[in-house]
Amino acid sequence: MSDSMIIILTGAFVAGSCALLGSFLVLRKLSMLGDAISHAVLPGIVIAFLVTSSRNSLPMFVGAALVGVLTAFLVQFLSHRGVQGDAAIGVTFTTLFAIGVILVSHYGSAVDLDLECVLYGEIAYAPFDVIFIGDQSIGARALWVNGGLFLLNLAFIFVFYKQLKLSAFDPELAAAVGIPVTAFHYMLMGLVSVTTVGSFESVGAILVVAMIIVPAATAYLLSENLARMIGLAVLLGAISSVLGYEIASHLDCSIAGAMASVAGLLFSLALLFSPRQGIVAKAMSRRGLRRQVAEEDVLLWAARQRELISAEGFTMHELRDTHPDEIDRLARALSRLIHRGLLAADRDGFELTTSGREEGVELLRRHRLYESFLGDKLGYDTDHLHDPADRVEHYISPDDTTEIERVTEYPDRDPQGKPIPPSQKEKEKEKEREKESS
Amino acid sequence: MTGKRNAMEVHDLTVAYDRKPVLWDLDFTIPEGLLVGIVGPNGAGKSTLIKAALGMIPLASGWVKFFDKPVEDVRTEIGYVPQRESVDWDFPTNALDVVMMGLYGKLGWMRRPGKTERERAMTCLEHVGMADYAKRQISQLSGGQQQRVFLARALAQEANIYLMDEPMAGVDAATERAVVNLLSELREQNKTILVVHHDLQTVSDYFDWVVLLNMRQIAVGPTKEVFHDENLRKTYGGRLTIISKIADAVARDAPQGLR
Repeated sequence: MSDSMIIILTGAFVAGSCALLGSFLVLRKLSMLGDAISHAVLPGIVIAFLVTSSRNSLPMFVGAALVGVLTAFLVQFLSHRGVQGDAAIGVTFTTLFAIGVILVSHYGSAVDLDLECVLYGEIAYAPFDVIFIGDQSIGARALWVNGGLFLLNLAFIFVFYKQLKLSAFDPELAAAVGIPVTAFHYMLMGLVSVTTVGSFESVGAILVVAMIIVPAATAYLLSENLARMIGLAVLLGAISSVLGYEIASHLDCSIAGAMASVAGLLFSLALLFSPRQGIVAKAMSRRGLRRQVAEEDVLLWAARQRELISAEGFTMHELRDTHPDEIDRLARALSRLIHRGLLAADRDGFELTTSGREEGVELLRRHRLYESFLGDKLGYDTDHLHDPADRVEHYISPDDTTEIERVTEYPDRDPQGKPIPPSQKEKEKEKEREKESS
Repeated sequence: MTGKRNAMEVHDLTVAYDRKPVLWDLDFTIPEGLLVGIVGPNGAGKSTLIKAALGMIPLASGWVKFFDKPVEDVRTEIGYVPQRESVDWDFPTNALDVVMMGLYGKLGWMRRPGKTERERAMTCLEHVGMADYAKRQISQLSGGQQQRVFLARALAQEANIYLMDEPMAGVDAATERAVVNLLSELREQNKTILVVHHDLQTVSDYFDWVVLLNMRQIAVGPTKEVFHDENLRKTYGGRLTIISKIADAVARDAPQGLR
């Protein structure tokens, strides 16, 4: 296996492990607890190292898992004792991390642990640290360790998916049906600790946090289903790993740094372009709404003109005279209405098409029904009906219109005495009746 | 009415949050097949009573039994509906999936929900008039619809006793009607239902029995007999200062709380 392949695979395993666990942390709003644990495990590693005086992975994992669970426990303990949640996290992990720093610096040379390496990691060295069985090399240690951790995390989530899901969505029901919610919480935290230690050498403590939170947070923006969210988080982690490696080898910069930056970039893209919650999608739908409101304003006005002065068409001039402040907005709506086939233009001006007339009358009906509702049912004064109705008429659905009609007992005229046109359905019924009688 | 079991028995129950007692010396029995309202002012310990009964918070003293057994032995016979606000409705899942979660308890440790569970969940959604919304992302449901999904989930649990925390809080009239119909339907199947309720106007219409609560038990019994002005005054009146003072003192001075 080539060196770059080892590095990319190691990165992908780390990112995958982190994404699996991170998905549950993000959903349970515990992202910062992941941050805390990834720092707080330092004293656990150092003590394990001092006790066994070897860099063997197993004691380190045990030490880290114990301190990680201790961190989760202390945070819980402090917040139950009235310490603010985020302060409890801050106090716990900085203190534990500081103890770790003291241990490393005090034992100095006795501890063959490089603080720099713990903090920033160096994935580029991954291919050089090889495991031997007898004389036979079986491949890079980082690959075995992180691959193993990935499988462990995957198995944990696969086996206990049901329990983890319910504990994340509704811990109260989970507890009520007998799922040991607290035990699962600590198991999850233990796995976060162990995964962190496995990832230290490759991406370092700080970037582990990025890998835990960022791909999961990205997937959260893009998913409507938990299983897919987890899968997507793992995929995004892997993509960050591959792209990050490519970028780092082009720019000759920190590989782990590049991987985490790609993850951050992917998050920004999701935030902008997510179909449901994305900034772009929201801006588009706001623009669509503004356009719709302008179009409806024109249709409504034209329908009213027809009724008022029985004019079949109108000119730009008339539109400007009646709406001097809004003419730009409405003029832009004209061309869209023509495009939609609701309005026709000729040399003299504009005229509603049949479907345009129908839509205008329907809007008029909605507007006046709502006025009746405000006036007759809520007791608004007659001179305070138009503006409130004008503001909300665009948002009243057909169902709501039917409901309003029912509540106001099918009025013929609005409180100002203007006729409320019949609905399209009523018109059709009328025609049917005429046909039958003839 | 002979031969009825006791659905729930609360014996000398005291509950404390961080050493401060919030429920004192509750002692009552609820016969099977009743629709029971739990009524009292804010902070009276209504939700706490439910959570303590389900073993979700530790008891300072006393015990609770369902059908003469401790809660651990009868979990699958108990359906629980938490307050709607207690969960994150932005969770990536749909209505059908939430209802299926009601079946997790019965599935045991290893079995996964499959086709049977999906069909069962669908039936429950139909029952509350939400079948059309089965695949809808839960964040896109209205408050009333979310509450109905929660009720469907409780139905899916096929329990014999239901504990519901304010299922009618902040819902539209249509949902409230749906809830009430569902509750009477359940009662006709001889289920027992305890409902935390906040609207005093409707208590007499909805419930056979009431539990009047304000940190201590004011009255428990048939609505006709115990839901009267004097008991309501005791429940909502300001005569609790002594008991809350003692609670504060316990929290402050007793080294281990009441445990």
